[in-house]
Amino acid sequence: MKTKTGGLSKTTKSDLITYGMVILAYIIVQLLVSTGHVSSLIQGLLVPFCTYAIVAIALNLTVGILGELSIGHAGFMCVGAFTSAVFSLAFKQTMPSAPRFLIAILIGAASAALIGFLVGIPVLRLKGDYLAIVTLAFGEIIKNIINALYLGVDSRGVHFTMKDALSLNIEEDGLVLIKGAQGVTGTPNDSNFTVGIVLLLVTLFIVLNFIHSRTGRAVMAIRDNRIAAESIGINVTKYKLIAFTLSAALAGVAGVLYAHNLSTLNALPKNFGYNMSILILVFVVLGGIGNIRGSIIAAVLLTLLPEMLRGLSDYRMLIYSVVLIAMMIFNWSPNAIFFRKRLQQRLTAGRETEKEEA
Amino acid sequence: MKKKMVSLMLAGAMMATLLAGCGSDGAADGAAATGTETEATEVSDTTEAADTTEEADTTEAADTTAAGGTFKIGGIGPLTGGAAVYGVAAKNGSQIAVDEINEAGGINGMTVELNFQDDELDAEKSVNAYNVLKDWGAQVIDGSVTSACSIAVSEKTWQDKVFQLTPSGSAVDCVQYDNAFRICFSDPNQGIASAQYIGENGLASKVAVIYDSSDVYSSGIYEKFAQEAANQSFEIVAAGAFTADNKTDFSVQLQQAKDAGAELIFLPIYYTEASLILTQADSMGFDVQFFGCDGLDGILGVENFDASLAEGVMLLTPFAADATDDLTVNFVKEYNDRFGETPNQFAADGYDTIYTIKAAAEKAGITADMSNEEICTALSQAMTEITVNGLTGEGITWDASGEPSKAPKAVVIKDGAYAAM
Repeated sequence: MKTKTGGLSKTTKSDLITYGMVILAYIIVQLLVSTGHVSSLIQGLLVPFCTYAIVAIALNLTVGILGELSIGHAGFMCVGAFTSAVFSLAFKQTMPSAPRFLIAILIGAASAALIGFLVGIPVLRLKGDYLAIVTLAFGEIIKNIINALYLGVDSRGVHFTMKDALSLNIEEDGLVLIKGAQGVTGTPNDSNFTVGIVLLLVTLFIVLNFIHSRTGRAVMAIRDNRIAAESIGINVTKYKLIAFTLSAALAGVAGVLYAHNLSTLNALPKNFGYNMSILILVFVVLGGIGNIRGSIIAAVLLTLLPEMLRGLSDYRMLIYSVVLIAMMIFNWSPNAIFFRKRLQQRLTAGRETEKEEA
Repeated sequence: MKKKMVSLMLAGAMMATLLAGCGSDGAADGAAATGTETEATEVSDTTEAADTTEEADTTEAADTTAAGGTFKIGGIGPLTGGAAVYGVAAKNGSQIAVDEINEAGGINGMTVELNFQDDELDAEKSVNAYNVLKDWGAQVIDGSVTSACSIAVSEKTWQDKVFQLTPSGSAVDCVQYDNAFRICFSDPNQGIASAQYIGENGLASKVAVIYDSSDVYSSGIYEKFAQEAANQSFEIVAAGAFTADNKTDFSVQLQQAKDAGAELIFLPIYYTEASLILTQADSMGFDVQFFGCDGLDGILGVENFDASLAEGVMLLTPFAADATDDLTVNFVKEYNDRFGETPNQFAADGYDTIYTIKAAAEKAGITADMSNEEICTALSQAMTEITVNGLTGEGITWDASGEPSKAPKAVVIKDGAYAAM
């Protein structure tokens, strides 16, 4: 009973547009880079674009598909970033970079998934605002634990303490991996744009297929009406946990990309605090809740915007906020939507009359 | 349909901005610094490089005095957010030095241009700021002001072979590469110097430490202080940590120090928290000596703080705004006139950074048509050969590791002013 358009279902077509958009953007950027037409600023931003697009998709899975508000996704990113950075630093000398980075990605995803699963068990019993507050608290806890954690490795094994670096009692030849607030220093720079795009495509593939799968439909049924979903035998806790864990794992992957793009990694309020979680939520809301393609575009746009406003020097962050408000209104205010619809109708009407005249 | 339209529009906007990022390629090549005027406009089209009024001034100056072209210095530091006070001070200090140098005829006949970019105390943003400066055509980097950002930027300057001099990035790894140098003491140096000073002068036999475990600077100093303390004649009887989220009430740490019988409290922290600690110790009736590092400089200027409580506080600092030598007096006066406040050590570090670059550039005979890599090699070599008399020390020299060698000055607060010890 599906409405077929050119042999493809509507959702498949929409998915293909999303993949196509990412691949096209990649090709265009690579062409421009190879011909030397891209500024250093944009080249430096390519990996952050991918990072934030991935984490926005991950959060959209929780907010848009599962229908639960999480403002702790920066915490999952943080877990992925630190576990993978520690791994990469520990094996910096002994492993070639390609397999090391692949394992780092898997470790980052797995550890974030594990934490997501553990947090999800109690948290997903809550609904709405309560869930938001618990995830918020979780994000802050992760950040503070990492700021107090000292981890080192030497010939006698792995040492860790919450006191200070001296209490680690590392031998001379040992290596301190996490130095409390000083974080991880010297992570190899393995991230690049190609890896970022591949990870973004993999993320898209996982999320889009998840949405259209049997599990995804069950998750959406829970979102739309929990009681009805339960009544037809859907295991609410199981499906909620699956979606939340997947979302956490993907946020962890974004963290891995983040950690391997910079040589220092600190858990600051700026990059892994609740401000960041809110920013990720802003990506999702601006791009459209449940709209995966929109999340990617919003993440890229909002990462680019503050850099493009550097010319305004001191007023930069003020203008950034104003532009953000304006974009939200233009995108989602009912009046603005009505206005855009009318404009569109007029345009299509004009085109049709042109056709008739022709 | 609606969604499609929105996404098309946003995608369009994204492509437009990406394309707008193009074309600054010529400016990214620092070698072509002679055609500065045209390049500058080209950049402002694309990246809208921060054309503040000061810069407009220097560009005007370029019209009149630029016989040898321009020398572009890119500065990076936090100009917004919680750490803005450090970045703004370093920026202002650097700007004063740049203006003085330009008035005196520039470096090797080249006019100096400073473009200072905001990094919001975020390593990722710091790298973005560096890339903006690269597009602008920066030939050397003055920054970043904070440690973590400085480390992240040094990774990039090392790849690109751009000379980097950080005014106040004090963590050890800031200067791990051959192209990176610093003006301030490193954290371990400060910790070791403080421990030695306390031990050698027999200031106390029981010492307590209160430090910020969430701060790189503070925990870095504490670590080395504790290590060095083992070799000294005093013992650390209590170490109280606090974090950035919890820095208003210090009664627990003070009580701990009091119970342990501490005679001296070492404060490797910034002055805002230190002023609270002094006030709370006073209200507890805890009579104890205080000893701090350069972060304490500025404590006398804290609003609503009874400066008499700071009487007798000792600090190791490379810069004291109350010093009476001509250089400091002139700098403090100029800073006060222009920015309406007393400069702190970050401003002094920023000022010295520019003069150090000048000294090294003159030693190496830098000219505007050299490529960034040539400048980097020449400056890195020259840095080890120069001696700078700056605000933050007399006769500062550098070795190839990037560490400055200068004597820390110990001062004590007496009658509401710094006095040498």
